[in-house]
Amino acid sequence: MRRVRILVFVGVCALLVTGCGAANSIVNPKGSEAKSIAGIWWVAFGLATFVYVVVSGLIIYAITRGHRKGARTSGLRENSFIWVGGVIVPVLILAVIAVLTVQTTASLRAASPDELHIDVTGKLWWWGVRYPASGIVTANELHLPAGQPVDIHLTSDNVVHSFWVPQLAGKEDVIPGQPNDLRFTAKTVGTYIGECAEFCGLQHAHMGFRVVVQTPADFGRWVARRQIAPSEPVSDEAAKGATIFDAQACAGCHTIRGTSANGKVGPDLTDFGSRPTIGAGALENNQQNLEKWIRDAPAIKPGTAMPSFRSLSEGDIAAITAYLESLK
Amino acid sequence: MAIHTKVNEQLEHELEEKWTDEPGIPGFFNTVDHKRIGIRYIYTAFIFFFAAGAIALVMRVQLAQPNSHVLSPQTYNEFFTMHGTTMIFLFNTPVLAGFGNYLIPLMIGSRDMAFPRLNAFSYWVFVLSGILLYSSFVIGHAPDGGWFAYVPLTNTPYSSGINIDFWGIAVVFVGISTTVGAINFIVTIFKLRAPGMTLNRMPIYVWSMLVFSLMAIFAVPAVTVAASLLELDRLFGTSFYHVAGGGSVLLYQHLFWFWGHPEVYILFIPATGMISMIIPVFSRHRLAGYIWVATALVAVAFISFGVWVHHMFATGVPALALSFFSAVSLIITIPSGVQFFAWIGTMWKGVVQFRTAMLFAIGFLLIFLLGGITGVMVAILPFDWQVTDSYFVVAHFHYVLNGAVVFPLFGAIYYWLPKMTGKMLSERLGKISFWTMFVGFNVAFFPMHILGFLGMPRRVYTYDAGLGWDGLNLVVTIASFVFGLGALLTLFNFLWSQRHGESAPPDPWRADTLEWATTSPPPEYNFAKIPVVTSRDPLWDEQPLRVAEPGPEPLSALTATGALEKTMPVTEGMDAKPQATLGIPEPSYLPFVAALGVGGLFVGLLVKAALIGVIGVGVGALAVVWWLWRTDEDLR
Amino acid sequence: MSQATLPVTTAPRDRGYSTAWWGMVVLITTEAMIFLALLSAYFFIRASVPRWPIGGLPEPELHRSVIFTVILLASSIPIVWMEVALKRGNMRQVKGTLLLAFLMGAAFLGNTAYDYTHMDFGWRVNAYSSLFWGIIGLHALHVLVGLLMSATVQVKVWLGKVSPERHTTPEVFALYWHFVDGVWIFVFTSLILSPHFGR
Ligand code: HEA
Ligand code: HEA
Ligand code: HEC
Ligand code: CUA
Ligand SMILES: [Cu+2]
Repeated sequence: MRRVRILVFVGVCALLVTGCGAANSIVNPKGSEAKSIAGIWWVAFGLATFVYVVVSGLIIYAITRGHRKGARTSGLRENSFIWVGGVIVPVLILAVIAVLTVQTTASLRAASPDELHIDVTGKLWWWGVRYPASGIVTANELHLPAGQPVDIHLTSDNVVHSFWVPQLAGKEDVIPGQPNDLRFTAKTVGTYIGECAEFCGLQHAHMGFRVVVQTPADFGRWVARRQIAPSEPVSDEAAKGATIFDAQACAGCHTIRGTSANGKVGPDLTDFGSRPTIGAGALENNQQNLEKWIRDAPAIKPGTAMPSFRSLSEGDIAAITAYLESLK
Repeated sequence: MAIHTKVNEQLEHELEEKWTDEPGIPGFFNTVDHKRIGIRYIYTAFIFFFAAGAIALVMRVQLAQPNSHVLSPQTYNEFFTMHGTTMIFLFNTPVLAGFGNYLIPLMIGSRDMAFPRLNAFSYWVFVLSGILLYSSFVIGHAPDGGWFAYVPLTNTPYSSGINIDFWGIAVVFVGISTTVGAINFIVTIFKLRAPGMTLNRMPIYVWSMLVFSLMAIFAVPAVTVAASLLELDRLFGTSFYHVAGGGSVLLYQHLFWFWGHPEVYILFIPATGMISMIIPVFSRHRLAGYIWVATALVAVAFISFGVWVHHMFATGVPALALSFFSAVSLIITIPSGVQFFAWIGTMWKGVVQFRTAMLFAIGFLLIFLLGGITGVMVAILPFDWQVTDSYFVVAHFHYVLNGAVVFPLFGAIYYWLPKMTGKMLSERLGKISFWTMFVGFNVAFFPMHILGFLGMPRRVYTYDAGLGWDGLNLVVTIASFVFGLGALLTLFNFLWSQRHGESAPPDPWRADTLEWATTSPPPEYNFAKIPVVTSRDPLWDEQPLRVAEPGPEPLSALTATGALEKTMPVTEGMDAKPQATLGIPEPSYLPFVAALGVGGLFVGLLVKAALIGVIGVGVGALAVVWWLWRTDEDLR
Repeated sequence: MSQATLPVTTAPRDRGYSTAWWGMVVLITTEAMIFLALLSAYFFIRASVPRWPIGGLPEPELHRSVIFTVILLASSIPIVWMEVALKRGNMRQVKGTLLLAFLMGAAFLGNTAYDYTHMDFGWRVNAYSSLFWGIIGLHALHVLVGLLMSATVQVKVWLGKVSPERHTTPEVFALYWHFVDGVWIFVFTSLILSPHFGR
C-alpha cells in the first residue's frame, strides 16, 4: 500500500517536472502576469503537497491503527482533533493563501501610463488585431515589444471568446456588449502560442493565434514596415494572383491595404505572407497548405465562413497563393 | 411477551391486506410506494450514467490522438454537452433523489414520504424530461452549447436549430422534478420523523438530504429563470440576452451560476451524507463530532450561495468583487475540512473493516482530498485566470464529481442494495471493481491537471501534435476505459447477485440506523410498529429496538402512531412529539397523467405546436384539480 | 421488551398545520425565488443601460395600476375572513368571502389584460419590454392559477366537501393567495412605481 503511494508520488513529480519544462506551459512564464501567477502556484503547490501528504497520512494511519499488533482503544479526543485539523490549521493555511491572492491581484492588470494599446476582436473563429496608434491592422498574430506594458482591449460582436496566452498572462473573456482589458508586460523575446479558451462553437478548437514578442528595436522596425502598404506584386505570377483576387469574391471579404480589396468579413491579409499559420492555427502557413485552404477551406475548418473555391483552376489558385505569400 | 407477538402477527396480517400494490403493468404506472419509486429512480439514473459514460468514452477516443477524425466537430460538441448535461441533470441529481426516496422514510421510521403521489409525479417528470432530451439524439439534433449553454452562442442567430431548445426545455422540465422532490423531502423530514427522533438524533444522511432539498428550493429557480428566458428569446423573440436590444450576456452567466455553484454542493452533500453513514458502521464506532458534521452541512449550504462568481473570474467583473468571491470560496473549504476530520477521527477511534462499501469510502477520501485541494487552487483568483476553461478545471471537477460523488454512490450501492433487493452483492467482485475504478480513475484524471498546465483548453474537439499533449491524452483515454470497465464490473455484480446472490439478512452490517430494523427488502408498510427513538444510533443503543407498543390504555400507542391503519405518524417539527396521523393514498394514475400533461406543454413548446401545449396544460390542470379534490379525503 | 411511553396518549393533541400546508410553504419559497431572480435580472439590466425604460418606451401607467393594486391586496382580507369563518363552521360566510376574493382577483387580471392590449409595445421590442411583460405576465399567470384554485375550492364548499374538520384545501389555497398578493407588492414597486422615480 505504502510502496504504491510512494511510487505514485514519484510518478506525479516526474510528470510535473516534464510539465514545467515544456513550451507553452503556465509554469514556464515569459510575461509579468504569468510570472506572478507561477509564483503563487509554487506556494500553493507546496501547501497542497503538505496538506495532501499529512492528511492522507492520517487517513492511512487511521484505517490501519486498529489492525496493528497490540492496538488499544484510542485516546484521541474527537473535538480537539476536529478543531485543530478541520478548523485551525486550514484557517492558517487559507489565510496565507488569501493574503497572497489579494496582494497578487492588486499588482496585476493595473493600467500604466506608457502602455501600448492594441484592439483585439474575437471573430468566428479568428482574431482581428489593430494597433490604434499606428493604424496597423492584422489578424491572428500580435507583435509586442518586450518590457513595455500592453493593454489588450478585447471586444466581440458575436459570441463570447476568451483570450489566452499561457506563457504571458491569464485569460480574459471577450464579451459582446462588455469590452474588457487585459494588461501585462511581455518579458522575453520569443513566439508564444495563444488560443481561445471559451467555447465559441464549431471551431473553438481552431481559434489560435501567435504572439511574437520582440525587442523594442525590432518591434519598431515591424511597426515601420507595416505602415507602408505592400509593394507591387513581385512576380508575374503574383501579379496574376492579385488580379484574380480582386476579380473573385476574395476582395469582398478580405482587405489588402493599398489595393481595392477592402472586405471586412474575413481577416485582413495585408501581411499574410509573414503569418505562421492559416485559418487561426488550422494549418501551418506554406504554399501547399494555402492552396488547399483556398480550394476548400470548409473541408479543413468545417463551419468557417470562408467558402470553398473548387471552381478555380489549379493555375489560378497557385497564382493567388503566390500573391498572398508575397505579402510580407 | 406472548401477547405482543400475537399482536404483531395479527398486525402484520392486517397491514399486508391494506397495502397491496397492484401487480403488473397497472402497478407500474400507479404505484406511490416510496420504495418502488426510489429503486426505479436509481435504476433509471444509472442507465443515464452508463449512457453518459459511454458518450465520454467515445469523446476520449476522439481525443486519444491529435487531429483525429473519429467524431466531427459538431458531434463532439453534442457529445460533451450531452455528457455533462446528462451527468448533472439526469444522473447525479436524480440518483440522489432516488436514494433519498428509498432511504429517508426508512431511516426516520416512517412508512412513506409526506406526498407519495407527488413523489410518483416527480419520478415521471424526471423520466419524461430524460426521454425528451435524448430524443434529440434520435432526430440528430442534440444540444451543442455545453452544459452551461452560454449566450449568445446558444441564442439566435448563432444557434438557430432546435438543438438548444431541447436543452433549455429539458432543464426547465427536470427542474420541476427536482423542486417537487425537494418539497417532498423537506416536509417528510420535518413532519414524519418517528416519535422521539429529535433534530439532533437524525442520521447525518437525513441531514444531508434536508440540506440538499433546501438548497434546491433556493437554487433551482435561478436556472429555471436562466433557461426560460433563453427559450423566450429563442422561441418568442424577446430580448433578455440580446445585446442589441439592451439585454445582457453576463446576466445569463450570473443566473446560471447562482444555481450552478450551489448545484455542485447539492450533488456533493448527500454523497458526504452517505459517507457519514458508511464510515461509522465499518469503523465500528459512532461518527465523531456529529454536531460538527451537521453544522458543517448547513454552513456549506449557506456559504455556497455566496461564491457563484468564481465561475466567472475571467469575465472582467471588477477586481474588488472578484476578490470577495475568491475569499468566500476559500472559506467554504472549512466546513469540508471539518467533515473530513470527523471521518478520520471516526476511523481512528474505531477498527476499520475493509468491506467493499468501506473501500469506496476510503477511495472517496483520497480522491476528494485532491479534488478539494485543486478547488482551493482554482479559488485563487489570479491562478484561476490561468487555468479556468482548461483541462485543469476538467480535472478538478471530475475529481469532485466523478470521484467525490460517484465513489460514495458506488459505496452506497454495496451498502444499501442488499436492503433494497434482499440480495447480497459479491464482495470479491466488488473489491476488484473498486480497485479497477480507483486506479483507472486516478490515471485517467490526474494527467488532466498537467494538460491544463500545458495550455490545453477544454471543449476542443481536436488538437495539434507537438504541444506535449499527445502522450498524456492517450494515457487518459486508456485509463478512462479501465475506469469504465470497473464500473461495468459493479453493474455485472448487481445483475449476478439478483440471480445468485445470498439473500440478505435484515441487518448484514450490524448498522445503527432504523432502515436496518426491518426485513430486507422491507414490507410495503416498512414497520409494523412505529419505532420510538431515544438515541442517535438506535440499533446500537437499544436492543431490541423500542417501538410503539400497546400502552396502558388498550392499544393507545399504536393508535397514536397510526400503526394500525394505512397511515403514518406526523410529529412536531423539532422535538418529534406525535401530533397527528397522516393517511397514505391508494395507488393512483394521477401523477403519471399530470406528468404527461406537463410533458405535453413542453413538447408543444419544443415543436412549436400550440395545440399539443394547450392539450398538455389542460390534461395537467385537470389532473391537479382532481388531485386537490381528493386531498381532504386522504387525511385522517 | 422495552416499552415506549408515548407522551401523546396523555397530552392534548395540537394537530398543527397539515403536511399539505407545509408543502405549500416550501413551494411558495421556491416561487418567491423565481420572482427574486427575475427582479434581480430587471435591476441588473436597468443598471447596465444609460436610460430606463430603454429606447424611449413610455413609463408604466400609474393611476389605474394603483387602484387595481389596492383591489388585489385588499382581496386578502376576505380570505383571512374565510379562514376564520371556516374554523367557526360558518359556511355561508365561507362561500361569500371566497366569491368576493375571486371577483377582486378577476378584476385585477382583467386590468392586466386591458393594459397589455392598450400599451402600444409588446415584449419583443427590447430588454425593457421583455422584462416588463415577462414579469407582469408571470404574475398574472399566478393570479390565474389562484383563480382556478379558488374555483376548485368553491365547488368543494358548495358540494359540502369542506368542513371545519376537512379544511386542507381552503387552508392551502389561502396561503397561496396571500403569496400572490404579497409578491405583487414587490413587482409593483419595482416595475411600475420605481421607473417614475429616478432613472
Ligand atoms: C461535487 C462537486 C464539487 C465540489 C465538492 C467542489 C468543491 C470546490 N470547488 Fe469546484 N467545481 C465543480 C464541482 C465541485 N467543486 C464543478 C462541476 C466545476 C466546473 C463547472 C464547469 O465549469 O463546468 C467547479 C469549478 C470550480 C471553480 C471554477 C473554476 C473555473 O471554472 O475556472 C472554482 C473556483 O473557485 C471551484 C472551487 C471549489 C472549492 C474551493 C471547493 C471546495 O469546496 C473544496 C473543499 C475541500 C477540501 C479543500 C478538501 C478537504 C479539506 C481539508 C482536508 C482541510 C484542509 C485543506 C486545506 C487547508 C486546503 N470549483
Ligand atoms: C457526475 C458527473 C460526471 C461523471 C461521472 C463524468 C465521467 C467521465 N467524464 Fe466527464 N464531464 C462532466 C461530468 C462528469 N463526467 C461535466 C459536467 C463535464 C463538462 C461538460 C461541458 O463542458 O459542457 C464533463 C466533461 C468531460 C470532458 C471534457 C470534454 C471537453 O471539455 O472537451 C471529458 C474529457 O475527457 C470527460 C471525460 C469523462 C470520462 C472519461 C468519464 C468516465 O468516468 C466515464 C466512465 C465510463 C463509464 C462509467 C461507462 C461505462 C460504459 C460502457 C463501457 C458502455 C456500456 C454501456 C452500457 C452498459 C449501456 N468529461
Ligand atoms: C464569404 C467571405 C469570404 C470569401 C469570399 C473569402 N474569404 Fe478568405 N476568409 C474568410 C474568413 C471568415 C476567414 C477566417 C476563417 C477562419 O479562420 O475561421 C478567411 C480566411 C482566409 C485566409 C487565412 C487568413 C489567416 O490569417 O488565417 C486566407 C489566406 C484567405 N481567407 C484567402 C482567401 C482567398 C484567396 C479568397 C478568394 C479566393 C477568399 N479568402 C475568399 C472569409 C472569406
Ligand atoms: Cu473563440 Cu473559443
Ligand atoms: Cu463553484
